[in-house]
This record gives sequence, structure tokens and C-alpha cells, in this order.
Amino acid sequence: MNKVLMQGNKIIGEAAIRAGCRFYAGYPITPQNEIPEYMAERLRSVEGGVFIQSESEIAAIHMVAGASAAGARSMTSSSSPGISLKQEGISTLAACQLPAVIVNMMRGGPGLGNISPAQGDYFQATRGGGHGDYRIIVLGPATAQELADLTMDAFDLADQYRTPVMILADGMMGQMMEPVIFKEPQPRVYPASYMMRGAGKGKSKIIRGLILDPLDMEEHNWTLERKYRVIAKKETRHELYRMDDAELVLVAYGTAARIAKGAIKRLREAGLRAGLFRPITLWPFPENELRDLAKTLENFLVFEMSTGQMLEDVRLALQGYARIGFHGRPGGVVPTPVELANVVMRQYDRKQGIIEHY
Amino acid sequence: MKKVFGRPKSMKDTIFHYCAGCGHSIAHRLIAEVIDELDIRDITIGVPPAGCAVLAYNYFDVDMIEAQHGRGPAMATGIKRVLPDRIVFSYQGDGDLAAIGIAESFHAANRGENITVIFINNAVYGMTGGQMAPTSILNQKTTTSPAGRKSLLDGHPIRISEVFTLLPGTAYIERCTVNSPASILKTKKSIRKAFQYQIDGRGFSLVEILSPCPTNWKMTPVESCRWIDEVMTKEFPLGVMKDLPAVEQKTGEKTP
Repeated sequence: MNKVLMQGNKIIGEAAIRAGCRFYAGYPITPQNEIPEYMAERLRSVEGGVFIQSESEIAAIHMVAGASAAGARSMTSSSSPGISLKQEGISTLAACQLPAVIVNMMRGGPGLGNISPAQGDYFQATRGGGHGDYRIIVLGPATAQELADLTMDAFDLADQYRTPVMILADGMMGQMMEPVIFKEPQPRVYPASYMMRGAGKGKSKIIRGLILDPLDMEEHNWTLERKYRVIAKKETRHELYRMDDAELVLVAYGTAARIAKGAIKRLREAGLRAGLFRPITLWPFPENELRDLAKTLENFLVFEMSTGQMLEDVRLALQGYARIGFHGRPGGVVPTPVELANVVMRQYDRKQGIIEHY
Repeated sequence: MKKVFGRPKSMKDTIFHYCAGCGHSIAHRLIAEVIDELDIRDITIGVPPAGCAVLAYNYFDVDMIEAQHGRGPAMATGIKRVLPDRIVFSYQGDGDLAAIGIAESFHAANRGENITVIFINNAVYGMTGGQMAPTSILNQKTTTSPAGRKSLLDGHPIRISEVFTLLPGTAYIERCTVNSPASILKTKKSIRKAFQYQIDGRGFSLVEILSPCPTNWKMTPVESCRWIDEVMTKEFPLGVMKDLPAVEQKTGEKTP
């Protein structure tokens, strides 16, 4: 496969089609409209492809649940306010153990907010988002190549663990163009016994989340929890950037991680050896990998396009073993590498090697 | 000895949890009989709602997937579009269809989704204990309209069947009831027709069933049946609301 130059949202659409996604339902919302538009065009031409512009975000996610139950690789996409509406269905997917891929191109919020890039939905995404005791796998791409790779991986993970998987990015990732190579998709592994396609000559199936018996209800929740523990153990991903000689660790994901890389270049030019720890899976959060760094390093700085959400996961991971600085700006303005570099210089006392604890 | 009456094959050997005099169990049985008669048990997928009928999957011996409150038609849409050769029905109450799920139901009907909706209208929220429904009639006392439903405060009962006839995507809509042996037989014919329309690929079919809820109406089963005749049918007249001829239905462009 040759390298192609594509816009982020379209990359997600193309990667989904290549991964075998044959059902998409969604509702228009900026800054992700290129995804439904791309899917509308592509699903027209692939065999068994179904595209529905739904009447609402709520309808879309429940259409996805139906299609998933029927055995199709299914996806929906939206942006912050729309994702809030989808939470009922995401909770349902988790409860009924139905695979699906949900894309959230975050915008500045709360409320309607605006369409500029932001990372204010981290809590919602990584804590399940809807009602009930569940988690979903959350992937935070930072490059066009990752949009392609992680979208394809998302379908495999969703099937493997029979759980919804979210791609969490923002309008910056969705709107910009970068070169990308689409990898070969893995063959789908998803037994027909999970699908609901009519009982045939066999026993009829039930897919449900309502469990009236108290002990059965608890056991169902433990079943989910055991699955989440396996995911947490096996599926964390992260990237280390210029960490070999680093004295200070920036922690950032997605668009913020791109900005952090620019800041690190400037900091190193000024003689400060900064590196980056970039979580790729936001849930499960790569906490053990981050904590390992604290064996030799004392200073961390979390950078987010929010007032401090992933910051909490970093604190939980480091458990007081290191000092944690913080710089965040909520939805509205995208911070620059220069700004971040200046903040780091201000917060970090190079003589003593101590970052200002947030 | 010749067996003249038995449990439908599409019905599990279980005791209904429904209250005495409730219409759900009758509607369930009729649907199961129709599934048997049309020989579609193997390819049928049912979508039960939130509400009293949420446990319908314990009674029907067909594949069933539970929907969140009101989302049945969206879920049924997803299933049917992926599996167009299966028979998909959504079973919904008045709160489910006419209130919280009005958008999903209305738009599934408007898209002409080739599914069947069984709409149980008992003018009250049953499972939650008798609150006002969108179909509660004026002056009807419920736990949330203790002085009776007032139009200025609570709006008017919604006539779903009449409203849905205006949507070009709907092929067949009939309102029936299950308060007498004759009306039950009539309702079964209507359900059968609705499923047949789906089998024939004619689009959205809906059967509204005025259904007694003695527990929440605070009446005996006999009084409930009488109330349907004397009060409910005045607000919700029975009959075929729409029956689109097959030929006309085929004129629409199907393939994209």
C-alpha cells in the first residue's frame, strides 16, 4: 500500500471500511462531519454496507447496537455534545457485551461549547461515560498514521473483548491532513454464536442487560469487571519520546502530545533535558509503565487541553512517588509549543531539579 | 384423542408474570400464534421494551434483544438493515413509543423500515406503578395526575395510529383491542397481516392494541374491559387506519 495524503476524519472512515465495518449510523455535528459523509459514500459501494443518517445521536447508537448484535462490524461517530447523548447506548453496549466503535472528535465545552480542539471529555470517556459500573477501551491517537492504525485495531479489540471501543481525538486531528499508510487488516475473529440472527433450528437467544435477581446481577457485574482487568493487564499502550536522558517527563496525549513534542524541542535547545510519556490507551491507563519511570525520575509535568483530567490518572499512577507539575488550558484556545516551553521553564527549578508541585 | 388447543411453539413453557386481566399476555400469545402460523419462528428477532413487557424474552421462544426505553425501533432498524431476510418486530408500550421513544418510532416509520411494531396502549405507565402516560385520556386519574389529566397542564392524549398514517413510509396501521373474544380474534388477524406485510417487504406496519391494565386502573378485569369499550375507544377509535395497496408501495425507489 502506498502512502496517501488524507484528512484525519476521512482516514478514520477509510480505516473502518478496510477493517470490515459494514454499518454506520450517525448524526451530523462539527468537527467530524467528514466521517459520516465518507461512510455514506463508501458504504454505498461495499457489499452489505449500510449507512443511516439517524434522527438523533441516541437513535444512532442504538442502531449500532442492533447492527452489532446482528453480527455486523458497526461504528458511529460524533463530537462532545453528541457523545453525551450516546451514553445511554454505550452503557447498553457494555452491559450486553456488544462490540462497537465510537469516535469522539472532542470540541470545547461544556454545553454546546464550540468546535475548537479540546480534551475536556477525558473523564467521560475513561470512566465509562454512561450509568453503571463499566469501562470502555479508549484510544488516543496523535498522528494520522495512528488514526488509521488505531481505528483498525479498535474493531479487533471490540470483537476480542465484546466491548465498545472509543477513539478519542479532536477537531485538530480530524481536520488536518497527513500522509498515511493503511496496514493490512486482521481477519475477523468473532464467533457466530455471539450474533443474533434468528434461532434457526436451535435454541433461542436472549441479549439483555436487565438482570432482576440480585446475585445474578452482581455476578454479571463481576463478569464485566474480570474482563476489564484482563484488558487493563494486556492492552495498555504508550509511547516514550526522548526519554533516554530525560530529567523531566512531560505527560500528554493526543493533540497535546504533539504540542509537547514541539515544546521538548525548544526546551532541549535551551539545555533542559525533557522527554515525553504519551499514553496511547487512555483506558486502560498505562499506570505501571508510568510508575516505573518514577523509580529513577522525580519530576513530571502533565499537559492537557483541559483544566486537569488526565492529571488525576497521573497522580493515581505515581502514588506520591514523584513531584507533578501541571499546565492545562480548557476548550477555546489551542496552546502553542512556545507557551508550554515557557511554562515548563517557569515551573522547573533547574538548579535544584524540582518542579513546582501543582 | 385429538389435540385442539395447546401452547404455541414460539412460546416458552413459562408462567406469565403479568397481573390478572392484563392484556400483555393475550398480545404475547397472539404474536406467538402468528409466528407459528407463518412458520417464521426460526428467522424472527424480537425487541422487547422497557416497561411491563421487558421480560417478554422469557416468554417468546425466538431470538430477543432488549432495548433501552423507547429505542426499540432504532435497534430493530439496525438488525433489519443488516439482516433484511429476517423478521424483526418491536414490542412497545405507550410510554415507550409515544413519549420517550417517539423520535425513534416516528422516524423508523417515516423511513419505511420493513419492521413490525406491536404497540400496547393501556393509557398508563404500568411497571412503574400507574403514572400518567402520553395516551392517558382527559380526566383520567393516575398517580401523577391525581386530579385527573388536564389538557392545560398535561396536554392531550396522543393518537399515534392516526399520526403515523400521515407518514408515507407506513404500509399498514390498525388499532384493535383485546377486551372480548371477538376483538381478540380480530387483533390476531391484524397482527398476522402486519407480519405478512413485512414478509412481503411492504414497509412499516404497526398494530396498536388497546389493552386493559386493571391493577393501575384500579378496576376489576371485567370493569377494565368495559372501560375500554365505553371510554377508551371514544378517544382511540378502532379500525384500519391505513392499508397501502401493494402496487403503490412498490413505486418508491428501493435501491440507492
